[in-house]
Amino acid sequence: MAWAIAFVIPYAVVFSAFVVYPIAYGLWMARDPSLYRDLIANPLYAQTVVNTVLYVGLGVNVKMFLALLLSGFFMRRRWWITALLPIFILPWALPAIPAFVSFHWMLIGEEGLVDSLLSALFGIQGPLWFTDRRLALGSNIVAHIWKWLPFWTLTFFAARTAIPQEIYEAADVDGASGFRRFAHIVLPLLGNLYLVCTLLSTLWTIGDFTTVALVSGGAPSYSTNVLATLGYYYAFDAAQPTLGIAVVMSALPVLIPIAIILMRTLHTREVQL
Amino acid sequence: MRARRVLVEALSVMLAVVLLIWSLTPVYNMLLIALDPDEGDIEFEGIIWPPDPSLHSFHTVVTQGYWLLEDFWRQFGNSFFIGLMTMLLTVLIGSLASFALGRMRLSQGWLLANAPLLTYAVPASFLVIPFSRLMASYGLSNSLWAIIAANVTFATPYAILILRQYATLIPIELDQAAQVDGASPVQVYRRMYLPLMAPALAAVGTFALLLAWNEYLYQYVLLSSTRNMTVAVAIAQFFNSDEAPWNYMMATAIIYSLPPIVIFYVLRGYMAAGLTRGAVRG
Repeated sequence: MAWAIAFVIPYAVVFSAFVVYPIAYGLWMARDPSLYRDLIANPLYAQTVVNTVLYVGLGVNVKMFLALLLSGFFMRRRWWITALLPIFILPWALPAIPAFVSFHWMLIGEEGLVDSLLSALFGIQGPLWFTDRRLALGSNIVAHIWKWLPFWTLTFFAARTAIPQEIYEAADVDGASGFRRFAHIVLPLLGNLYLVCTLLSTLWTIGDFTTVALVSGGAPSYSTNVLATLGYYYAFDAAQPTLGIAVVMSALPVLIPIAIILMRTLHTREVQL
Repeated sequence: MRARRVLVEALSVMLAVVLLIWSLTPVYNMLLIALDPDEGDIEFEGIIWPPDPSLHSFHTVVTQGYWLLEDFWRQFGNSFFIGLMTMLLTVLIGSLASFALGRMRLSQGWLLANAPLLTYAVPASFLVIPFSRLMASYGLSNSLWAIIAANVTFATPYAILILRQYATLIPIELDQAAQVDGASPVQVYRRMYLPLMAPALAAVGTFALLLAWNEYLYQYVLLSSTRNMTVAVAIAQFFNSDEAPWNYMMATAIIYSLPPIVIFYVLRGYMAAGLTRGAVRG
């Protein structure tokens, strides 16, 4: 027992010094209710909340669904699919800063690679991606999916390889293939894992700063910020740290229930990551 | 039936081509910009192929031949130090905690077992303001250790999760047998747990390293002096400067990308094994 405590102490120290204390300190800094009244009255905050919902809602769900489908694609035994896998996971291995800086430059307008390709291949004049709010928001979402799709595809791929081959063989004997195989074998077996991964990814994506900061940078005129980048903007560029903390802490009523559902799902259903 | 097979095969090939283009386009874009020999304002309009490819910008980065890159190798060392320390500490703290939680039946285990996930209830980026003030009061502002502390904090929960799951594959009877033979918990941990957990530890270590290499916000906020900066922050510095040597920036970004890619592909075999085991309980 004494040993068990000794083994846990390093983690307990990290947890209390760098998680509990900063959270408590942050809440204390942003304790003034008038901050939240100011935020609610602020149209920039309202727009940022909408952006965050769109960014997380679309980004996470499209990414997870594609990952689930692609993990099935990578199960196919073809040499060229096996050869593709290491290239496909390159976005995950590539650090975030270079990747998103590259996205920014690809979409910088007429000089960007995307618009250059559009005009070279199809003769179309491409749009100015960061002058239109919807296009800029979409660029952020696509960049997010690009970066994190491989990680979740690999997670589902690993789970699929652990499904016993006999189950597929039995399904073959029964004549089930394609969509029915997906609906009756893959979904029931991976359903819980899918739920857990989606929740975890939602938590991670709500806190995503780097993608939006580097791809659109909030352009045009602060209209594509998410909570993390707006909080940063208030705290460091506008020198209003308490308002910055209030921006991010206002997400707690959403974050904490998700974390609790995640914990309960992990416990009650014996899901494995 | 045969026609269907051919159709499925054709669609697969198309999907593979789409995935190839999807994965490589941003990487190609980096090369396109980095291979341009001209400093300053580069006219890229309509360019999809480097007209005059040159390694000049890579040479400039490696020889630190531009004022924003004066401390490049030192900054590279800082990034390395942060990455390696994050990896080591995450593996150490994570394996100790997962050992205690999974194998030693800690009576107050519930809170501790859930603490890792609670960490994710408040994302790292949301804590950067209180964290930076806290680091000032701990006397760690502008210190690499502040970054390492933040990285370890946010990598360990996932590490504990993965390690505990992997550990269920190792029969608990092994531990009990060793204890009957008089082995202390430390010996069980060192001689049995760590070696048997090697694939999962490699997976978790790589995860921590990539997390450190991906991290940008804390480094940007906490590291202010050029000598203590990391390459990630140095790349961002290009955006703040009036000049526009984007080819240097991209060359820096490409060199910065190489270590994690190499480590990642070397450890990939382990990673797959570490993530795969016990992924589904049928």
